[in-house]
Amino acid sequence: MDIKVNVRETGSDSYVVELGGEIDVYTSPKVKDAITELIDQGHYNLVISLEKVRYIDSTGLGVLIGGLKRVREHGGSVNLVCTNPQIRKIFDITGLVRIFGIFDDEQAAQKALV
Amino acid sequence: MSGATGVAAENGILGTVQLRIPSKPEWVAVARLTIAAIANRLPFSVEDIEDLKLAMAEACTYVIAANSNDAIDMTFETGKDFLRIRVKDRGAVRPEKALVRPTGVSTEGLGIFLIQALMDEVEHTTEGQSGGELVMTKCVGS
Repeated sequence: MDIKVNVRETGSDSYVVELGGEIDVYTSPKVKDAITELIDQGHYNLVISLEKVRYIDSTGLGVLIGGLKRVREHGGSVNLVCTNPQIRKIFDITGLVRIFGIFDDEQAAQKALV
Repeated sequence: MSGATGVAAENGILGTVQLRIPSKPEWVAVARLTIAAIANRLPFSVEDIEDLKLAMAEACTYVIAANSNDAIDMTFETGKDFLRIRVKDRGAVRPEKALVRPTGVSTEGLGIFLIQALMDEVEHTTEGQSGGELVMTKCVGS
């Protein structure tokens, strides 16, 4: 079981958090730490890419929701990149498709931040 | 600890597998892998197996979050066209919270809601003060 977290700055005052692997009750703290660190540094416009995520559970969703809540307090936003049908299905079932902006590619997700 | 027993067809159950894992986050993946291996023996679709893995993990996560057990005991019952999972919760699961879809940016009840959505039947049996058992069933082709 593994999780990969890669954070990079884009040229448009936003950050991309690329996640890969499995996000569950064991690995989600690492994702939470990465997102929290960015927000603590004052970065409130985030794109989180789930393109390389094979699995996510409710604890992973909870981390994403927690991040969204915090950036919204500062007028920011979190957009997701996700094309994996199984992952999209979880966002559909939980109704989170109405809470997050979910896009097919990173460019569209970034464009929608501004 | 795990064990497998061949069980005579009783109530349509063809085989039973038992698994006990420590009630710690790093062990939940073992439950996921186990249920995937068992489900592979039945004609479930890939999507169904993913649903089973998620429901299994959510049940384990719920028990861990409640911090009520040292170990999580699971029983997997396989039939010709169904897989039933029994998870001893010792009071962790409160079914009155199970049926409500989370609203807005709330995360409360998300895991149990997912179980309800992904499995065909979900029951909770109570065994007095000592807790109960979460029983989840998925049927092939449902």
